[in-house]
Amino acid sequence: MASAKGLTGRQKLGWTVVTVLVLLYALFPVAAIFANSFKTQADLGNPAFWPSNWTWENYEMIFVGSAQELFLTALRNSIGITLIATFIAVVLATLCAYAIARMDFPGKKFILGTALAVSIFPVISVVTPLFNLWRTIGLYDTWPGLIIPYLSLTLPISIWTLAAFFRQIPWELEQAAQVDGATQWQAFRKAIVPLAAPGVFTTAIIAFFIAWNDFVYGISLTSTEAARPVPAALAFFTGASQFEEPTGAISAAAIVVTIPVVVLVLLFQRQIVSGLTQGAVKG
Amino acid sequence: MASITLKNIVKKYDDGYPAVNDVSLEIDDGEFVILVGPSGCGKSTVLRMIVGLEDITEGDLLIGGDRVNEKAPRERNLAMVFQNYALYPHLTVFENIAFPMRLTKGKFTEEQVRENVDRAATMLELTEHLDRKPGNLSGGQRQRVAMGRAIVRDANAFLFDEPLSNLDAKLRGQMRSEIAQLQRRLNTTSVYVTHDQTEAMTLGDRVAVLKKGILQQVASPRELYEQPANLFVAGFIGAPSMNFLPGTVKTSDTGGDVLSTPLGDIELREDTARAGQGREIVLAGIRPEFFEDAATMDQGRKSSGSLVRIDVSRTEWLGNEQYVYVDYENDPRVRDALQNLAHEMDAEDLRTQLVVAVDSSSRLRGGDEAELWIDTGRIHLFDPETGENLTRDAEAGAELTRMAAEDRQRDAERMAAKGA
Repeated sequence: MASAKGLTGRQKLGWTVVTVLVLLYALFPVAAIFANSFKTQADLGNPAFWPSNWTWENYEMIFVGSAQELFLTALRNSIGITLIATFIAVVLATLCAYAIARMDFPGKKFILGTALAVSIFPVISVVTPLFNLWRTIGLYDTWPGLIIPYLSLTLPISIWTLAAFFRQIPWELEQAAQVDGATQWQAFRKAIVPLAAPGVFTTAIIAFFIAWNDFVYGISLTSTEAARPVPAALAFFTGASQFEEPTGAISAAAIVVTIPVVVLVLLFQRQIVSGLTQGAVKG
Repeated sequence: MASITLKNIVKKYDDGYPAVNDVSLEIDDGEFVILVGPSGCGKSTVLRMIVGLEDITEGDLLIGGDRVNEKAPRERNLAMVFQNYALYPHLTVFENIAFPMRLTKGKFTEEQVRENVDRAATMLELTEHLDRKPGNLSGGQRQRVAMGRAIVRDANAFLFDEPLSNLDAKLRGQMRSEIAQLQRRLNTTSVYVTHDQTEAMTLGDRVAVLKKGILQQVASPRELYEQPANLFVAGFIGAPSMNFLPGTVKTSDTGGDVLSTPLGDIELREDTARAGQGREIVLAGIRPEFFEDAATMDQGRKSSGSLVRIDVSRTEWLGNEQYVYVDYENDPRVRDALQNLAHEMDAEDLRTQLVVAVDSSSRLRGGDEAELWIDTGRIHLFDPETGENLTRDAEAGAELTRMAAEDRQRDAERMAAKGA
């Protein structure tokens, strides 16, 4: 934060207050779920924020207890489907965005426009026809049956983010590589990809979040444990009796599925921020 | 190493505007040719067409006698130094220089790569920076890395696209002489694009002046200076620029030929006068150094020129020389022509101010009335409409360019003898 240096004490105080408020607003629900996940079934009705007795009961239930089968298979589905969808989306989006940023071809605007249109299309209106179609062609309740719709969610934003990123990389680098004897593919791979890596990581993380957090497709296009992802599986948790809400188990599962997201951000933080392009051209 | 030939090269963009129009140029093996002109004249486009980054609309491009219009940049075996250096920021200096060799798989062993990079680094004084990343280098060092990447392989030619324009003035002078020496040492055909006429004059064996995509003149720096083909070349080459005085050729009371100008009558040599005769108005091109202060000059030379009396507006004393500025009333008939010229040269505005270089011992000050001597033998007359140089001596000009070619030959032999 280079600009922060010039702030007066008063401005600093103001910014701190604003930051704390935003953090509270964003993190309070997470903290509440975190607290709930450690409460006993009886404690859940207690209006106190923190549990009166800390317990691992809920975590035991989803990992080794009655909800184990439901949760662990869902977790496996979620991880597998999301990773595959992210990988395909990033590879396709990288090639597509590169072409959009660097080459001139008819229909370039059309591709970008369509990508935008797809991304603002309400998911819920697609899901019913998709449900029918998937059942007919046998994709219902399978991994590909979720990966394909997830691509429609992740590709547009990936293409847009990456195209913006590619446009910032000085074109001279690629031309220099071509003059130095590289084919267009070599120039892309040796001069552009290393520089685009931070952008690709950022895009991958965004795509991962989108697919990871999806609920509508997850619940509508699956019927069994064969492909049901975690967000959908949470709705199938049952309490100890039919009069008990499984709030504790759901909270525990929610905390568990949040962890990969946090880990991802922490891992790739450096790549996202690193200014690799410094020094490419006169700075 | 190879010669480069451009035959009637045309570059038209999608809107049909010819950025480069019918440019023909022969660049000999080992020659250092400069493309110079104001911004937007198409000089960079010509360079990019040579290297293959820009398609050629019409015409033929030959490298070493082979037509290469359709060849990809990598098949032309040229090395280019970009204006912003275009170094690979994720690679060390060593790997940046080694990059072209790494692309030719199997052609170089690891040892050869190391050897070649080390040699280039020694030549460019980069040895101690080989492990650093470009981001941590100064402007001059980055410039050298870019050159290292160019010289490390056996390229047919070096192409420079305004390589010094991002450096400060002092470094620019230093790098300029380094480039000149390097080119002489390697004796590799070089094409160099710049908008700076000093770089053009100091580096080039021959200089090609471009204006709006059209080649104006290709000649040695001396010929451009002494025998410019037209008003544009005359104004563009030389600093401070040539003065253009409007005037009419007349016969004076004493029977000699004079040019009647706002400064007064200037006696002309017979052949100069003949070229301007019968025209309503001409522009007399007089370089600042064609003038002398009549008071401090060598009295013996006085008779070989013409004298005018002027009012000095202001002076600038620079130590080695002194500039005297003289305001005059411009002729409305040439105002458009001069305004147009200033515009074409990217200059500020039309100057109705004469710039005169006098000896630094001269004590002229603003407000003085003074007598100036003009070396009338070197005056050129231009047609204000077409810009054509009416007094150009093509033969004398060609002789100057021939001399430059001989100089280059001598340099090359000297270098070869040193190397042997």
